[in-house]
Amino acid sequence: MVVISDILVQGVQMLLVLLLAPLLTGFVRKIKARLVRRQGASVFQPYRDLLRLLRKEVVLADNASWLFRVTPYITFAAIWVAAALVPTFATGLLFNWTADLIAIVALLGSARFFLALAGMDVGTSFGGIGSSREVMIAALAEPAMLLIVFCMALVAGSTQLSTVANFMASSYVGLRVSLGMAMVALVMVALAENGRIPVDNPATHLELTMVHEAMVLEYSGRHLAMIEFGAFLKLLLYISLIGCVFVPWKIALFGTGPLSYAVGAGIYIVKLAVAGFLLALFETATAKMRVFRVPQFLGAALMLGLLGTLLLFVSRSF
Amino acid sequence: MSSAVVISAVVLQMWCVAGLLAMAVLAIALSHSKRATAVVYGATLAICVAALFGSLRWLVGDIANSSDVILPIGLPWLGAHFRLDALAAFFLIVVNLGGAAASLYGLGYGHHDPAPHRVLPFFPAFLAGMNLVVLADDAFSYLLCWEFMSLVSWALVMAHHREPGNARAGYVYLVMASFGTLALLLAFGLLAGPAGDYGFAAIRAAQHTPYVAALVLILMLLGAGSKAGLVPLHVWLPLAHPAAPSHVSALMSGVMTKVAIYGFIRVVFDLLGQPTWSASVIVLFLGGITAVMGILYAMMEKDLKRLLAYSTIENVGIIFVSLGLALAFQANGLKLPAALAFTAALFHVLNHSFFKSLLFFGAGAVLTSTGERDMDKLGGLIHRMPLTSFVFLVGCVAISALPPFNGFVSEWLIFQAVLQSPQLPQWALKIMVPAVGALLALAAALAAACFVKAFGVTFLGRPRSEAAETAHEVDRYSLSAMFILAALCLLAGILPGLVIDALSPIATEILDGRMPIQANEPWLSIVPIAESRSSYNGLLVLVFITISASLAVYFIHRFASHALRRGPAWGCGFSDPTPAAQYSGASFAQPIRRVFGTLVFRARDHVEMPAPGDVRPARLRIELHDLIWEGIYQPLADAVGYSAGLLNRLQFLTIRRYLSLVFATLVTLLLVLAIWS
Repeated sequence: MVVISDILVQGVQMLLVLLLAPLLTGFVRKIKARLVRRQGASVFQPYRDLLRLLRKEVVLADNASWLFRVTPYITFAAIWVAAALVPTFATGLLFNWTADLIAIVALLGSARFFLALAGMDVGTSFGGIGSSREVMIAALAEPAMLLIVFCMALVAGSTQLSTVANFMASSYVGLRVSLGMAMVALVMVALAENGRIPVDNPATHLELTMVHEAMVLEYSGRHLAMIEFGAFLKLLLYISLIGCVFVPWKIALFGTGPLSYAVGAGIYIVKLAVAGFLLALFETATAKMRVFRVPQFLGAALMLGLLGTLLLFVSRSF
Repeated sequence: MSSAVVISAVVLQMWCVAGLLAMAVLAIALSHSKRATAVVYGATLAICVAALFGSLRWLVGDIANSSDVILPIGLPWLGAHFRLDALAAFFLIVVNLGGAAASLYGLGYGHHDPAPHRVLPFFPAFLAGMNLVVLADDAFSYLLCWEFMSLVSWALVMAHHREPGNARAGYVYLVMASFGTLALLLAFGLLAGPAGDYGFAAIRAAQHTPYVAALVLILMLLGAGSKAGLVPLHVWLPLAHPAAPSHVSALMSGVMTKVAIYGFIRVVFDLLGQPTWSASVIVLFLGGITAVMGILYAMMEKDLKRLLAYSTIENVGIIFVSLGLALAFQANGLKLPAALAFTAALFHVLNHSFFKSLLFFGAGAVLTSTGERDMDKLGGLIHRMPLTSFVFLVGCVAISALPPFNGFVSEWLIFQAVLQSPQLPQWALKIMVPAVGALLALAAALAAACFVKAFGVTFLGRPRSEAAETAHEVDRYSLSAMFILAALCLLAGILPGLVIDALSPIATEILDGRMPIQANEPWLSIVPIAESRSSYNGLLVLVFITISASLAVYFIHRFASHALRRGPAWGCGFSDPTPAAQYSGASFAQPIRRVFGTLVFRARDHVEMPAPGDVRPARLRIELHDLIWEGIYQPLADAVGYSAGLLNRLQFLTIRRYLSLVFATLVTLLLVLAIWS
């Protein structure tokens, strides 16, 4: 009985992330449009885009290989599994112990690996430029991410997200400078990983600094739908991650019953909305930086993570 | 349960070694027969499999029956001691598994060799040498076998001695190998002390002063480190490993570097006794630098086999970081984290031997099929070599430390060990370990970038040359060797608990500590410390990914459009006219070269733009400097050359002057002796 309810909760989360991810992106786009005084498309536009893409035919380049055709599914599956493992509205989900934060980050790395390969498959310059820049950004973001994990693990004594969320939700964490630094660093890494302004521009692929959109330029139809969906899910994943670690208020603790789950889900949606609004605000207020300024941006994230860690050591020994 | 004829494990191993040596002799006799290739590789395959199962059974089964043999050769008062313990058994598994895979591969690949008689006698001898190094139980036999292994591998490097660059590779290798052996000789001399008891048992029992211990550690880093490829002693490795035939490259990169790591573990962890924490600082530092430098070099490389050799350097760095962590924890008496870091290091040794052999086999397959090692002349091989490209892709994913393959598990374990570092009392280590962890993460991410490049440029895109266009799939033996290794990569990735449990006797033997038993965990998860801290389950990750991908495929094929049309690539309406306009290895590395290379390699891009009206093509020239070669080795070589030039005068003296020189030397030495006492 317990197992069935566990599976049910886990299943609900998997479906929830799937349903909410396009809405979140639509919401961010809407807010961005409103902030520059445009009407903007409906928040449900991403769903319509996905459906339209699913109905369209796939145009494959002549020399595209099998790898090009399986990559959308692998990428989507890896991101979906990763998103299902991050606690959203409840902690202690059935499969939380399958992978800790390091493994979740690595799963996203697997998705990126295949996507970068697919960018190289057709043999156009656009794919190559996108892939090579994507892996450069990843190479800079991963050390920063590890230091954030380290800082978090120092405070919570775990890299298991459920444990971390439970610990952070408890009252005796308090306000810590280190955690603040880690949060800023994590936000910076999240911006880079999701290809948001100021690192990359998700709205266009015809800019000189194109990264993600150039990499997937050759995709069309249902393949493109899978990749877009993966990108929506990834954004949701990072926001859930920041939410469950740094603002775990009202997250339902394991086994607290349906009512608490419902409250947790409601609060989770509110958190997503707030994060989406902040993201839109930030993106509207910031200019995109040149691609070779990105190392400085992510270097700052790395330094913040390192400083946060060192500060923890210092504060503990006195 | 004992059968009528009980043959102890170590005796079985020694018979296998004898068999390998006999094959080496037989290969000379057969050298002009057409069947030599099949006979030699078939026999080495059989012997390696026997040795593999012997040591595997011993490690998993009756480990209690430790046994040794003493052969009446070597030093007269000592004899040659050979012994099998858990550590040796593990490295024998690595050696013989690599050997078996290389032999299987050689069955097919060997037929393409232009000069098989230059490879066949040395191949079994090389395997025998590596087996013997691992089995040796006294300093004399160890050094002798080590030198035998070095010399035979040098002969294999020189197998294709007429190809440009190979003679230089062999020369640099010989110099570095001699230097390494010298360092080992001094290390064992210090360990044996003035009494000169060279048996490992006696060395282990003796007390070593901290001064001697520190000196031995440095000498081992020089000796074993130069063979393993620690930066800055790595210079020979990217020259020598690719020069050998591909299955030998796989052995050198996948296995011989591990034998060097075995030597380091044997001396520093086993013979030296309790380490001091300051020892770990230097190991951690060198390991971190090696990991990042190795992969940055690999990123800049356009020769596929050299890229793989540089990536070996990276992996050796990762292993040394893990060993450094084990030293740090062990020095502070933290048994569990020490066992975790040590097990992670051994796990990575095993993993690297799997995927590096696989990747070198793949590079060899590309080489036989196209005759090219230069990635910028390849491309599009995924269409013409579908099976090879599939297994090569598996190797790339595994080496890039991505789940659910094996490379990720060992790196994950290392990160878990890094996360234990706040327990260390020393401030230097507290601050250093997270920084080294960040270096490891950087190396892992760069490795992913590097292997996107290796696979993307070689196998994807459009063919950049005639040879790549007419490539064909390789023979069945080569393919089966690669598929077996790819399957092992996946198995070790999804069932890591079994591997960790099998490695636990080694940690118990060396560190007197062990990780928790993983077999008891539900669902085959691995839990290094406690479930609330961290856990990982490769099997479930694989199952989840499979289920979600199948679900996605099912729904797409159920509800979405099935229409599919082939057409020219879109490329924003601009189709590149020639395959040469594709992204090449150098252009793929450009962003990383610009971010890291300006500092590490003093990389500069020079654009040579012809004047308007001039019809010459514009050229982009990339300037890279190997600062380690130019900063350390070149001045050293110049100094040696200069002093040799000065001393050259001594060759042309008269007999009178020679005699007076001899006399002067005698007087000086006597004076020194007189003053000394």
